[in-house]
Amino acid sequence: MRNKTSIFLVIILSLTVAACGGKKGVKDGDEEGVSTTALGDGTGGMGSALGAGGDLATNNKVYFEYDSASVTDESRLLIEAHAQDLLNKPGTTAVLEGHADERGTREYNLALAERRALSVAEIMVAYGVARDRMQTISYGEERPESLEHNESAWALNRRVVILR
Amino acid sequence: MSFGSNNVNMLRRAGVLSMLAGLMFYCVNANAALEIEITQGVEAGIPIAVVPFEWNGPGVPPHFVSDIIEADLKRSGRFDTIPRGDFLSNPHDHLQVNYKDWRLIKAEALVVGRLQRAGTNQYQVEFRVFDVFKSKQLTGFRYNVPGKSLRKLAHQISDIVYEALTGERGAFDTRVAYVTLERSPTRTRYLLRVADSDGFGAVTILESKEPILSPAWSPDGERLAYVSFEQRRSMIFVQRLGDGKRDLVSSYQGVNGAPAWSPDGRTLAVVSSREGNAEIYTINLQNKQTRRLTNHIAIDTEPAFSPDGSSIVFTSDRAGRPQIYRMRMDGSGVQRLTFEGTYNARASYSPDGKRLTMVTNQGAGYRIGVFHLDSKGLFVITDTTLDESPSFAPNGAMILYATQQGGSGVLSAVSADGRVKQVLRFQKGDVREPAWSPYNRKL
Repeated sequence: MRNKTSIFLVIILSLTVAACGGKKGVKDGDEEGVSTTALGDGTGGMGSALGAGGDLATNNKVYFEYDSASVTDESRLLIEAHAQDLLNKPGTTAVLEGHADERGTREYNLALAERRALSVAEIMVAYGVARDRMQTISYGEERPESLEHNESAWALNRRVVILR
Repeated sequence: MSFGSNNVNMLRRAGVLSMLAGLMFYCVNANAALEIEITQGVEAGIPIAVVPFEWNGPGVPPHFVSDIIEADLKRSGRFDTIPRGDFLSNPHDHLQVNYKDWRLIKAEALVVGRLQRAGTNQYQVEFRVFDVFKSKQLTGFRYNVPGKSLRKLAHQISDIVYEALTGERGAFDTRVAYVTLERSPTRTRYLLRVADSDGFGAVTILESKEPILSPAWSPDGERLAYVSFEQRRSMIFVQRLGDGKRDLVSSYQGVNGAPAWSPDGRTLAVVSSREGNAEIYTINLQNKQTRRLTNHIAIDTEPAFSPDGSSIVFTSDRAGRPQIYRMRMDGSGVQRLTFEGTYNARASYSPDGKRLTMVTNQGAGYRIGVFHLDSKGLFVITDTTLDESPSFAPNGAMILYATQQGGSGVLSAVSADGRVKQVLRFQKGDVREPAWSPYNRKL
């Protein structure tokens, strides 16, 4: 029960963060909502979701909670930016590499990391990208971004990398 | 040992085995009846003295046979080896044994022997085991072996000593498969290796720049199934150790992982996400026919057959977190087995089918657990935090697993009751994914 409560809190918190980030986008002009406005022209009006520059080549990592393949609302903005970019560049494809942190078993993590890549692909499809333009690969815990064994390393390693 | 280590190297064990099969050995006293009663749950192991074997010859023998035997017995957790400095005498055969010397230092069992040259690169080895309390020899043998077989012979002697004193079969003359990762700024190299059960005599059977994981021994010990990313995604191969030949057995779209052998060696259970989600399938290795066993939106992975081949245990997060489930061979009758802890995964059976070993997290990190199928009790037997990949020795007495030490992966062995742990020292690199072999072919 306590676990459920804390997961719920995490969700609430991330929604709050996403909402805060969103306001910046709204300020930029369109009242219809953050995502569409910010991304339509590709000028990098991504607000806090993409960070400085809004360069998709470097802003290409979606991070996840422990043992979870749920995409946070904040990450959703990033995925949408990539989806929009794919739609703007017909004929290009994307590789979605799923990764996990080192905790737990390698085979479970292989399946978990694939599920993360599939979650990202699903969102891309929802934004209109054809499924066959994306390839998903799971590397499980085998290719960590950080080689350390601590919480901050694990947070960096639970990711999907969108390669174009 | 100086076996080569090229790509897909031949494991020369077949040659060693056939040579050993032909060697001469004489039974000094074959009456190995059980002379010492072991009470389960004893506080400590049997106090045993292993006298350094006499060496009759020039120079140093290629392997210190008695050192290997002593280390094997100590590692098993069933024995307390008495320090050699305490010995009052150093006998090498039954005529030299003075039982009083051993009672005084509270030894209950005694191993003596000698090693001598018997021709060019040929050795004669003899040993005897004594029950100190009964002032009686339990068993003893003499062998003639080439130098390169001395280490293997030492493990076989350990098996005989172990069985004479515990009544259970030893598992020292077995092998382990494992993966090492060497990472340097210029290159990354994964090696799939096979070594003796104490970590010596390692042979590389596959080298790759991409990850290798989940080696699994065929029941006859002659093949390894494993997952390799050599083609930039996970695929399952089965490789024969004798000649290095291998087959690609699963390369469907998505994940191909977690191979497990059926007890008859004809079927592999594997994980595939070809239909969109990680599910468990079986592959008939003769006709390559596959059959889907699970059908659930959750992750289903890490299958392992029961020793009687009637059921498969697996990991699933269908209840929210990974837990261990069991199903019949056709996928029916799915039943959840574990309820303790937030994370239970990668279960595999003990050889008698009564226990499972698994990775378990009860809130203090990822540790090795032993689950008793009859009582449903789950016992945590390690105290580290990133433990992985446990497998039982073929006699069920020990569990081999991987853990972290000083920021790097190491292999460790723990007695199945958790009482004795020992880190196995391997060469450089991060060591992971150990799998204990079945019994080697008998002499």
